Amino acid sequence: MTLPMTPQPGALAGEHELVQLLSPDGTRRHDPRFPDDDVEREQVEGWYRDLVLTRRIDTEAFALQRHGELGLWPPALGQEAAQVGSGRALRPQDFAFPTYRDHGVAYCRGVDPTQLLGLFRGTELGSWDPQEHRYGLPQIIIGAQTLHATGYAMGLLLDGAVGHGDPERDAATIAYLGDGATSQGDVAESFVWAASYQAPVVFFCQNNQYAISVPLERQTRVPIAQRAAGFGFEGIRVDGNDVLACHAVTRAALQKARDGGGPTLIEAVTYRMGAHTTSDDPTRYRTADETEQWKAKDPIARVRAYLEAEGATPDFFASVEAEADQLGARLREACAQLPEPDLADLFSSVHTDLPPELAAQRDDAVAWQALDERGAA
Amino acid sequence: MTTQTMSLGGAINAGLRAAMERDDRVVLMGEDIGRLGGVFRVTDALQKDFGENRVMDTPLGESGIVGTAVGLVTRGYRPVVEIQFDGFVYPAYDQLVSQVAKLHFRSAGRIRVPLVVRIPFGGGIGAVEHHSESPEAQFVMTAGLKVVSCATPHDAYWMIQEAIESDDPVIFMEPKRRYWEKGEVDTSDPGVDLWSSVVRRRGSDATLIAYGPMVRTCLDAATTAADEGIELEVIDLRSLSPLDLGPVFESVRRTGRAVVVHEAQRTLGLGAELSARISEECFYSLEAPVQRVTGYDMPYPPSRVENEFLPSVDRILDAVDTAKEF
Ligand SMILES: Cc1ncc(C[n+]2csc(CCOP(=O)(O)OP(=O)(O)O)c2C)c(N)n1
Repeated sequence: MTLPMTPQPGALAGEHELVQLLSPDGTRRHDPRFPDDDVEREQVEGWYRDLVLTRRIDTEAFALQRHGELGLWPPALGQEAAQVGSGRALRPQDFAFPTYRDHGVAYCRGVDPTQLLGLFRGTELGSWDPQEHRYGLPQIIIGAQTLHATGYAMGLLLDGAVGHGDPERDAATIAYLGDGATSQGDVAESFVWAASYQAPVVFFCQNNQYAISVPLERQTRVPIAQRAAGFGFEGIRVDGNDVLACHAVTRAALQKARDGGGPTLIEAVTYRMGAHTTSDDPTRYRTADETEQWKAKDPIARVRAYLEAEGATPDFFASVEAEADQLGARLREACAQLPEPDLADLFSSVHTDLPPELAAQRDDAVAWQALDERGAA
Repeated sequence: MTTQTMSLGGAINAGLRAAMERDDRVVLMGEDIGRLGGVFRVTDALQKDFGENRVMDTPLGESGIVGTAVGLVTRGYRPVVEIQFDGFVYPAYDQLVSQVAKLHFRSAGRIRVPLVVRIPFGGGIGAVEHHSESPEAQFVMTAGLKVVSCATPHDAYWMIQEAIESDDPVIFMEPKRRYWEKGEVDTSDPGVDLWSSVVRRRGSDATLIAYGPMVRTCLDAATTAADEGIELEVIDLRSLSPLDLGPVFESVRRTGRAVVVHEAQRTLGLGAELSARISEECFYSLEAPVQRVTGYDMPYPPSRVENEFLPSVDRILDAVDTAKEF
């Protein structure tokens, strides 16, 4: 006997239901389960802008890494629709718990894109106030954030912030995770907790087909969305390159959560067009052919095709492009000006106070800084 | 004598290969270790050459990796598992502390646990958070685990093989910032056994004690000190649990001064244990209290200041001065 070999990538694709509201050629259709008649051209134009700006943040940061300005960057290229569609379904009072790759969600939560750079430049660990944006810090420990989202959702229940039918008041949480993360014990436990307490949490899994080099098929024998049934809640599989579908499905799941209907698992089927990070070499584990096929499902091109057919003007597209250029320039400028961290200051963030023993260590660090400065002068 | 030049990472790869050729019960498991060859390429080409049954790309879960390794051990295998980075070992902490460390003891010796857990550890490579940690003391203080760390390609090549041959579980700490450093490997003779410390440089004025990534830094400090006429002895502990302190005591009795260096945070790091043991054994020979040069008691900082956090040649020499002026 031998162990089953790693299944070929793609073995799970295609055979299962996938919610799609905008096909790759830009044709719109409706799904009675996820009504989106209220979504009009202006809103889709807004999302188009979000998608283009998200991509620009990503490609600009990638270039900054290549120029040595960032130590690392995990590209979101190809996953913009999943991030923008779900991110735009959130209300201000909802709370999102992201991973390191969810730049588009950060943007939707009002985090200034320049604030995404510090972690990867090595100047800081978290640059925004998670409470202010109701957007957590990027989680690098795979899966850990799903428990945090569930616990936050339990807090919403304890606070009675669910089930009033009041759109200003009812709240939910959303946890972002990857396909690889679904193998972590923390994620299984978060599913158990969420179901047990009927917590108002949406698990939004971007199935981008790979966990670094390991294909989806090593993590699961069934589509990820099917896992939810075993825990006792709904799982929905959605075209992750379709911003309309991602929005409609996430909006419905969040509303169910805010209404007291408990958790939902959304599997957004997408593809990581870039490397895992700038340190990765995908040619070692996947074919150019495969990547090329996914290119035809580009999340931005289909929205553009739809909008063009709907009569969006060339001026509109040009203005978005111009805005993206400005954003790119702003990112380049801001990156070089990110303040350098000061080790001495960091001692004050270890605890809420600075115990005398730690203060003594800080003084030691300060003395070394003074020496180094003298040495440099 | 057959010597070859290898990088430290390449030497571990060669050592793994030799162990796998020798014993077909040796299997490798981890995230991205097969097709990709590991994020540091330490297992490069091993899956191609030994197949997917011997080199397994596992699902993404450290508790799963270590927990299933315990089952494989019970079935007579000798798993070598990779934890991708130091900061990702904690999901497996329960399996390591409650299961791996205790199985031999609980079974009154009936079940042996020939498991190796490879962990690239330490900072200095400009990485993002959770990728630069030094958790070794947490395993050293766990009774039932053995912990070693290599500092040279030669040791990397031999120590990984000896760890695999050990019937006890071994946490194998790999100094990731030294993966690319090259050195001579004598593939015919390990020289010393896995559990011994070695003197890397002779000196009479003070004893530097280190392991893993800090051995090179201490040797650099000794070179600088020598320019000023100060002769530092450098000891590479190699095994952190059990400790081989005979050479340390012998050295400190001669020099009268000891400086322990590690990247890990100061409080209850290895330096605490070493300081206690040296004080107990060398009390009357000590000219100064044992000095510790370590990371500060804060979570690993953003990488732009990691060089201020990590022990440097200057900080080591300053500690030597303090000991000399005491
Ligand atoms: C606990 C833990 N183990 C391992 C890693 C190393 N690692 C970083 S990203 C990654 C793959 C994650 O895959 P997935 O969840 O699919 O998300 P993606 O990166 O594809 O967005 C791994 C193994 C980690 N960050 N945390």
